[in-house]
Amino acid sequence: MTDDLALSLARAQFAFTVSFHFIFPALSIGLASYLAVLEGLWLKTGKPHYLDLFRYWVKIFAVAFAMGVVSGIVMSYQFGTNWSVFSDKAGGVIGPLMAYEVLTAFFLEAGFLGVMLFGMKRVGRGLHFTATLMVAVGTFISAFWILSVNSWMQTPAGYEILSDGRFVPGESWLAIVFNPSFPYRLVHTVLAAYLTTAFLVGGVGGWHLLRGNKTQQVRTMFSMAMWMAALVAPIQIFAGDAHGLNTLEHQPVKVMAMEGHYDSHPDGAPLYLFGIPDDDAQRLDYAVGIPKLSSLILKHDMNAPLDGLKSVPREDQPPVFIVFWAFRIMVAIGFAMMGLGLWSLVARWRGRLYDWRALHRMAVLLGPAGFVAVIAGWVTTEVGRQPWTVHGLLRTADSASPLDAPAVAASLTAFVLVYFAVFGVGVWYLLKLMGHSPGSGGDGPSAEACEEIAPIRSAGITPALGMAETRAGRSPHGDERETEQ
Amino acid sequence: MTGMDLTVIWALIIAFAVFMYVVMDGFDLGIGILFPGYPPGEGRDRAMNAIAPVWDGNETWLVLGGGGLFAAFPLAYAIVMPATYPLVIAMLLGLVFRGVAFEFRWRDSGHRAFWDSAFCAGSLVAALAQGMILGAILQGIKVADRAYAGSWFDWLTPYTLLTGLGTVAGYTLLGALWLAMKLDGAPQRRALRHARWAGMATLLLLIAVSLATPFLAADYWRRWFDMPQILMTSQVPLLSAILFATMFYMIVKDKPGRAFLAALGVFLLGMVGLGISIWPNAVPPGVTIYDAAAPARSQSFMLVGVVLIVPLILAYTAWAYWVFRGKVGAEGYH
Repeated sequence: MTDDLALSLARAQFAFTVSFHFIFPALSIGLASYLAVLEGLWLKTGKPHYLDLFRYWVKIFAVAFAMGVVSGIVMSYQFGTNWSVFSDKAGGVIGPLMAYEVLTAFFLEAGFLGVMLFGMKRVGRGLHFTATLMVAVGTFISAFWILSVNSWMQTPAGYEILSDGRFVPGESWLAIVFNPSFPYRLVHTVLAAYLTTAFLVGGVGGWHLLRGNKTQQVRTMFSMAMWMAALVAPIQIFAGDAHGLNTLEHQPVKVMAMEGHYDSHPDGAPLYLFGIPDDDAQRLDYAVGIPKLSSLILKHDMNAPLDGLKSVPREDQPPVFIVFWAFRIMVAIGFAMMGLGLWSLVARWRGRLYDWRALHRMAVLLGPAGFVAVIAGWVTTEVGRQPWTVHGLLRTADSASPLDAPAVAASLTAFVLVYFAVFGVGVWYLLKLMGHSPGSGGDGPSAEACEEIAPIRSAGITPALGMAETRAGRSPHGDERETEQ
Repeated sequence: MTGMDLTVIWALIIAFAVFMYVVMDGFDLGIGILFPGYPPGEGRDRAMNAIAPVWDGNETWLVLGGGGLFAAFPLAYAIVMPATYPLVIAMLLGLVFRGVAFEFRWRDSGHRAFWDSAFCAGSLVAALAQGMILGAILQGIKVADRAYAGSWFDWLTPYTLLTGLGTVAGYTLLGALWLAMKLDGAPQRRALRHARWAGMATLLLLIAVSLATPFLAADYWRRWFDMPQILMTSQVPLLSAILFATMFYMIVKDKPGRAFLAALGVFLLGMVGLGISIWPNAVPPGVTIYDAAAPARSQSFMLVGVVLIVPLILAYTAWAYWVFRGKVGAEGYH
C-alpha cells in the first residue's frame, strides 16, 4: 500500500518539519542558559546592564520558545501519523524515553516559563531566578532524552526483537538510554546550541557596534559572545572529532559517505575537500583531496586502510551527495567560528574588541552561522543513517504509515505553506527585536525596576504605550518607574 | 499478571492525562473560540492575559497524552494517527496558529487583528478536530494486520461532526467560565452570558451524543443497558443532570468558580461514560488495551517516572496558577 512516492513525501515532510523545528530549540537551549547567567550575574553584582540584557533577550526567547513549542507538538504526533509501522515496532523502546522527556522536561519548562516571563514582581528575585534556572535545566533535560532516542535509532542497544519484528527492552534501560553514540551526540549537540546562541548574540552585538552604539549593554553582550566563540568553538571541534570516531566504529558506512570514499583504500585514504558524488557510477567526480589525511584523522595512522562504499551493497548505502556536502558545510562553519574566536582574542589583547569594524562585520556575517551548521549536522547524521530508521535493523521503507501519496502530499503542502508563513513572520519579529538597541535600565536595580520582565505584553494592555514601544523599540519602563517611585 | 495489571494502570494514566488536558487546555481553547466576542484593545488583552502565563503548560498535557499513548500503547497510537490523519494535521496546524498568536500579537500592532483571528480560528479548528478524533475512535476503526485498513474519509460522519461540535461547545463553556472568574465588571457579565449559551449548547450536544453512541455498536448498547450494570451506568446521566443544573444555578448566581467546577464534573462524567463504552478496548471494535500494550518492561519503567514526577508536576503547576491568581486587571501583570 505504501508506494515509493508516498514514502518520499513522508520523508520530505519529516525532514522539513524537524529541520524547521530544530532551529528554535537550538536557540532556546543556549538562550535559556545565557538568560540564567545574565540574571545570576545581575543578582550577584547588582550591575543594571545585566538586567537590561536579560530583559532584552527574554523577549526574543519568548517568541522563539513559542515557535519551538508549537512546531514540537507537531513532531510528537508525526511518529504516529506518518511512521506508524515504526511506532508500532519501536514504540516499546523509544516511547518511554519520549514520555520521560515530557515528564521531566516539557512540564518543567512550561510550568516555570510563565513565572519567568511574567512573574518577577509576584514572586520576588530569588524565586524568579529559580524559575529561570528551571527553564534552562528543562531545555537541557529535553535535549538529553530526545538525543537518547535519536542515538538509539543510530546505534541501537539493549533491545530484544520479538518474532513479529517488534523491538522490546532488554534487561537494562541504562543500555538503551546510554547507547554507544549517545554521550558523543549529546555533548556535540548541546555545545552546538550554545555556539548557535553565542554567535547570534555576537552578531547582534556586532550589528549595534557597527552602528556606533557602544553602550555598556552592547559591549557586554559582544564580549560574552566572543569569549564563548574563543573557548567553546575549539572544544566543539574536538567533540565533533570524537563523535566522528564513534560513528566510524558503529556506523562506518555513514563515514564513508561523509568522506566520499566509494573506493576502498588499503594503504591510507585521502581527505577530499571537494568532489561531486555520483552514486550511480559509484565515483567521486572532480575530486580534490589531500592524500592519506583521512586515515590520519580517522585512524591516527596515515597508512591505515579504510573501506569504501563499494564494499557495501548498493541498497544499504545512503545518498552520498547530501551527506558529503552537508558535512563539509558544517565543518567549514565550525572552523570559521573558531577563527572568529581567535580573532576576538587578538582584538581583546590589542584592546580593540569594540572598535575593530572588520571583526564586527565578521561577527554579523557569522551571526546566523550556527543555525546553518546545526541543520547541516543533522542532515549529515540523519541522511547518513539511511536507508534505515533503526540502523541496520529496520528500513525506512518498512517504517511508514499506510497512507496514499495524495494524503501526504496535501499535508506536506499545508506544512510548507503554514511554516513558511507563520515562522517566517516569527523570524521577522525576532529580527525586529534584535534590531532594537538593548535599553538602558538607568537607575540601578530594584524590584520595581525589573518587575516587568516582558514589558510589551503588559504594555500592550494599554494599547497606546504598547504601540509606542513596538514602534520605537524602547521599553516604556523609564516612564513607568518614574511614576511608581 | 503483572503485565495485565500494569496495562490497566496505564489505561487509567492515559485517561488521566487526557482529562487533565481537557481540564486545562479546554478553557484555554475556549477563550480562543470566544475571542472575537471581546472588543479589540483592552477587552481582548485582558482575555489573553487570563491564560498567557499558563497556556504552554496546559498544552503539555496533550503531548503527554500523545506521547504516553505512543509509549504505553504503541499499536493504538499507530492505528489512530493514520486513521484520523487529516484531523490530526488540522489540529496541529490549528495549534501552531493559536500558539504563536500569544507572542505575535504583541509584536506587531499593525497586524494584531490578523493574529487575533488566527488565535480564534486555530483554537476552533483544534477543538473541532479533537472532538472529531474522539468520535472517530468511538465509532470504530477498521484494522487489518496491525494497521489502519479503512479509507480516506472514514472519520467524517454525522456522528463525528456531533462529537466535534460538542467538544467545541464544551470548551467554549469552560473558557467563558474561566474568563468570568478572571475578569470583573462588564467583561465578566459578558463572559457569564456566553457561558449560558455555551452551557445550553453543550447540554443539547451531550444529550445527542449520548443518545447516538449506544446505537453505534451492539457492544455499546450491551455495556450501558444490560442488567445489572445499568444500575451503575444510569448514575452517569443522572449525576450529569444534577451537575448541569448546579452549573446553571451558579451562573445565574454570579458564582463562576463553582460553575466552573460543576462543568469540570460534567467533563469527568463524560470521560467515565467514554470509559464505559469502550472498555476494555483501546481502539474499538477489535483492539483491546492488552493487544495494544507495550511490553511490561516499558510500562513499568515509565510507571516509576509517573509515580515520582507527576505529583511534582501537579505541585509546581498549582504553584504557577497560584502566582497568577486573582482577577486580571486592566494593568495586567504588574
